[in-house]
Amino acid sequence: MTADLGVTAPPPADQAPALSVSHMDVTYRVRGQDRLALRDVSFLISRGESYGLVGESGSGKSTAALALVRYLPSNGRVSGGTISIDGLDPLSMGTSALRDLRARTVSMVYQEPGRALNPSMRVGRQIAEVFEIAGQSSGDAQQSAEQMLRKVQISDPGRVMLRYPHELSGGMAQRAVIAMALARSPSLLILDEPTTALDATVEAEVLDLVAALRQEFDTSVLFISHNLAVIAKMCDRVGVLYAGELVEEGPARAVFENPRHPYTVGLLRCIPRRGQRKDTDRLDSIPGFLPTPGVTVTGCIFAPRCGLARDRCRQEHPPFFAVDEVRTSRCFFHEQAPDLPRATPVSVAAPAADGTGGTAGPLVDVERLSKTFAGGVQALAGVDVSIQQGETLGLVGESGSGKTTLARVLLGLTAPDQGSVVTLHGKPLNPDVRRRPREILRALQIVFQNPDSALNRRHTVRALISRPLSRLAGLSGAALRDRLEELIASVRLEDRHLPLRPSQLSGGLKQRVAIARAFGAGPEVVVCDEPTSALDVSVQAAILNLLADLQRKEQATYLFISHDLGLVRYLSDRIVVLYLGRVMEVGPSETVFDGPHHPYTEALFSAVPSLDLQRPDRIRLTGEIPSAADPPSGCVFHTRCPRRLPTGICESTEPPLHEDEPGHQIRCHIPLTELRELQRSPSVSSPHSESG
Amino acid sequence: MATFLLKRLGLMVLTLWLLTVLVFFAGQVLPGDPARATLGNLAAPSAVQALDHQLGVDRPLLTRYLSWFGGLLHGDLGKSYSYQTAVEPFIRAALINSVKLAVLAFVIVVPLGIFGGVIAALYAGRATDRTISVTGLSLSTVPEFVSGIVLIVIFGVELKWLPVTASAGQGASALQQFRHLILPAIPLVFVLFGYIARMARAGTIDVLNSDYTRTAVLKGLPRRTVIRRHVLRNSLLPTITVIATQTGYLIGGLIVVETLFNYQGLGNLIYKAALAHDFPMLEAGVLIIGIVYVVATLIADVLLTLLNPRLRLGGSQ
Amino acid sequence: MSGSVPQPAESAVPSPVDPVAPVAPLDRTGGYLGATGAAAVAAAGRATPTRWRLLLRRPTFYVGAGILLFWVVCAVFGYMFAPYNPLAQQLLLNNTAPSAAHWFGTDPLGRDLLSRVITGARDILIITPLATILATILGTALGLAMGYIGGAFDAVVGRIVEAFLAIPFVIVAFMFVVAIGHSLVGITIIIGLVFTPLIARTVRAAVQVERSMDYVPAARLLGENSGRVMFAEILPNVLPAVLVEFTVRLGYAVFALATLSFLGFGIAPPTPDWGADIQANYIGLPAGYWWQTLFPALAIATLVTAVILIADSVEQVLAS
Repeated sequence: MTADLGVTAPPPADQAPALSVSHMDVTYRVRGQDRLALRDVSFLISRGESYGLVGESGSGKSTAALALVRYLPSNGRVSGGTISIDGLDPLSMGTSALRDLRARTVSMVYQEPGRALNPSMRVGRQIAEVFEIAGQSSGDAQQSAEQMLRKVQISDPGRVMLRYPHELSGGMAQRAVIAMALARSPSLLILDEPTTALDATVEAEVLDLVAALRQEFDTSVLFISHNLAVIAKMCDRVGVLYAGELVEEGPARAVFENPRHPYTVGLLRCIPRRGQRKDTDRLDSIPGFLPTPGVTVTGCIFAPRCGLARDRCRQEHPPFFAVDEVRTSRCFFHEQAPDLPRATPVSVAAPAADGTGGTAGPLVDVERLSKTFAGGVQALAGVDVSIQQGETLGLVGESGSGKTTLARVLLGLTAPDQGSVVTLHGKPLNPDVRRRPREILRALQIVFQNPDSALNRRHTVRALISRPLSRLAGLSGAALRDRLEELIASVRLEDRHLPLRPSQLSGGLKQRVAIARAFGAGPEVVVCDEPTSALDVSVQAAILNLLADLQRKEQATYLFISHDLGLVRYLSDRIVVLYLGRVMEVGPSETVFDGPHHPYTEALFSAVPSLDLQRPDRIRLTGEIPSAADPPSGCVFHTRCPRRLPTGICESTEPPLHEDEPGHQIRCHIPLTELRELQRSPSVSSPHSESG
Repeated sequence: MATFLLKRLGLMVLTLWLLTVLVFFAGQVLPGDPARATLGNLAAPSAVQALDHQLGVDRPLLTRYLSWFGGLLHGDLGKSYSYQTAVEPFIRAALINSVKLAVLAFVIVVPLGIFGGVIAALYAGRATDRTISVTGLSLSTVPEFVSGIVLIVIFGVELKWLPVTASAGQGASALQQFRHLILPAIPLVFVLFGYIARMARAGTIDVLNSDYTRTAVLKGLPRRTVIRRHVLRNSLLPTITVIATQTGYLIGGLIVVETLFNYQGLGNLIYKAALAHDFPMLEAGVLIIGIVYVVATLIADVLLTLLNPRLRLGGSQ
Repeated sequence: MSGSVPQPAESAVPSPVDPVAPVAPLDRTGGYLGATGAAAVAAAGRATPTRWRLLLRRPTFYVGAGILLFWVVCAVFGYMFAPYNPLAQQLLLNNTAPSAAHWFGTDPLGRDLLSRVITGARDILIITPLATILATILGTALGLAMGYIGGAFDAVVGRIVEAFLAIPFVIVAFMFVVAIGHSLVGITIIIGLVFTPLIARTVRAAVQVERSMDYVPAARLLGENSGRVMFAEILPNVLPAVLVEFTVRLGYAVFALATLSFLGFGIAPPTPDWGADIQANYIGLPAGYWWQTLFPALAIATLVTAVILIADSVEQVLAS
């Protein structure tokens, strides 16, 4: 089912390729000036092939998709080159021919499924519309729509047809959109970050669906994403975009295992791999910034950031070179690309302070923590978690797991239910942040996910970082200035950044400001709530290194929340897995990852695509995550659990959290030893399907 | 949804009650003794006192409020100082007249405004858009009496196309009444057009930029279908509800326009009552206007809830 | 960063795969569209012109500002350069049509209309900005409180505000005038009070948007109290909306004052005032004395339009 097969056979000579893009330029007109968004992009997708377009923000990958269907914004245009979809040229078509092309030959699915559907129209009607364009009567169209819904594995299509989009979950809405897209068996399906907004297990299902349908409908796929692991899983071939140029192309497996362009090399080094740990292997990063918009660049576009760059690179613009018969790279020195020098040294200067305080109690302790919101939604139910001094506790869970609520309760931003105990150094914390004394505020800080929201856009960087210094640390005058300088240096900002406002900074810089602010007064515990989710991969690595460095330097303790399991494994000492407000598993990082582990953990980890390709068969979860307002009886996971016991105990009784190995707790009726046996052999009985 | 409606209704009642308090006590602030106003400055103090007692204005404040409020609940709006008879029939007749004028204005301006706004949105940034937007903006800032006078001068006096008084006289036919009401309606249309067009434009632009419009276009639907089924349905929703909130401006405009055209509507009535210090008439009129405004806001809320599936059916999973 | 990195040995350049000649380096005037989110730190002020400059580029701003400036000059210096004393009555010359001696003709009391139009700008341009400033200050404070505190406070105050809005402002003004009499200060206060709820409504909405941003809990975590959060954190972000509201309300304040004067609750005669003059003179329309109402009407129209044009361009600039 998955597509990591390597090179596909060349297309039969008489069939036009599904997509052929040749020397395409796309220009935007901004404030009276022309700016190139894509430059000389050429690639080809054969029939039945899946091609991935990989890039970070500003690479132009979404622009490419919009250009293909001629849906660029009014100030954009294809200023050069040709496009051919199934032998047809969309750029020279008239309106009705273009309409026909969009209806029959090419379809698009993009990021937020809820927003892609008309909120005032029933789902069934929207899908039926596609068939109506084909000429079917409205009755027939409804029938066909229902059939398509069945094909995308929605098990009660009749009911879903009558729903409005806001009533569907993300996964279901995306399936409906896919149904709409494949309804008329297009030659080309364009997917633009189709699963980025979805939970891991839901994402896996949707990706499997796409792979299956691709075979069934014999559709070629253009898969656009910033997530290299997903591309590796789904695509036969891949093209790497950087700042509007295609810099490397080839079979996905080969490109990711043996990259031949310094950018690709750098990018891959930014992603933590299995076995890498923050203490011993620092992530590499790509120095510098993307080229400023509106600045003409001569020579190789990546040269300013490339460790291999020579004079030639800065003067001449490199053409494509053949790495072998099927791979190309736009680099003069592609053969040396794998030897690209690291931008950051591998090992750390000082050894990590090993999680001290072995005999002392936990720094933060949470017992019987419950939080029920108005309307009966139980975000957390009886959670027991402790954080040891100096460690990084990773908090993992999908939507509805309660991980954000847990962080908010800890910080005093949300008050927990009666009976919950939250202590710091053994002393209970006031549930309302407004009543906490200064010393406590000093001790607990947070780095938010989105720096645009977390930094007051009207304050200068200096004001933002100085405030905790004066307010919490009580510094002023020279002492404050000194500490400010120290902080700036430790987050690798510069003096020239101080008078600027957040809107003048890039995402990475903004997050550094947020981190400097969090560390300003010397906190003991820093909650990192998805601190890098809003950042590009290359920037992310730098921020993670920074977090690791700061932890060492300031002896801080982290509560690290993320949906990216690779990051969690890299950074965390211990991991807590949450599902529907309950702790499912707690244990040391590698243990929890390698197994044996809770069936949910097992499914979660196997669902997430990874670049480390040696893995057992995927555990497929079906059904949707249950609503927190109406959790299932017994073990809340039983509705989706592939290892549910036939005795019925899983439905009736909630298993306790028991510690089968020292430091490793699991909430499952199946004892750890048995799980170890079961999880060694990858065969799994077919999971119960759930109507959804 | 039922609970929501009930809650809104309850809040509306609260607002209405606050309104009565405001109106009543505001009226009490006004100086001037009603009996003296009726009898004149030269009347004997004892006569004034007697009439005061008869009118009941020497009772304590709270008692007067309660009795007035009680009367309201029974439909008794008080007795006019000027006419010495019940206020209610005047109000009723005036209300009907005002409604005719207001409805005519609405019937003209709502489709015009929506149409203008949508066209401006479809051609956003281009000459058509700028023309419509700037025109709407400029027209809306001209006070009703200014545009009214200009219209009277041009169409009534110089060109003599349309009558300059708004009342067609007793027993006039519908068409005649309509002819007389056109000129007064136009200033109202001017003032409201800009705002409605602007809201429609903003709503439509939002929708045009949305993901689901993109989906509709990329499905291969013809442009007209996209606009009709996907764009308008979603953009007009907020616009329609906004229109209901324009009643406030409309009412303010009615006062001026009715006075200018000497039309016996509610606005004119309360204006005259104000000048004549006929407080019961004034209070009753203001109260009725206030009720209309509050009810209109409620209707707007209800409409929004009914037409928006997200609100109608409750949140997502 | 690459300065200290050891350079790889130079090797023979492999042949390009594309038989077509490699594309020449870019020779267009533009560059590349870099990341929207990852642009390098812009040299401060180089990339984005200041807001003032943007404002000055808009034709609507120019037109509006020009007209407004004209009336301000009239307001300040009008009494000095008006051809006649606006209060001087020349009963024998009443109701004369525009002529060389009286460009705008005379009114029923024989006063020169041009002088009255010019000097009529003064009171309006004193009252309306002050009233609008009052309304803005009160409205912003109220909107801040309602939006930030929320809950029962917001609900209750909201109802009161709505009840106020239900009463036509003309009536409110009338009641005030009857109670206190005509006075410039009184009119200013009353217009200010009437506009306060409208501004409060807009500010409240803007505050609610800001309240959902993460910098608010971040401020809480620094121990900031509610006052500081409201005024030092949220208010600066809401100020652009306040500014737009101010300019818009200013236009409507002129509108309101003119209407009030027309109805007799505004500025009292014999002070030259456009609205009052129209009220006094419009009965002369059937007799054909069009100039007596047209010119004051045009004065009002142009002033209001000028202010609204400025408001519109301010809004466009702040929105971009």
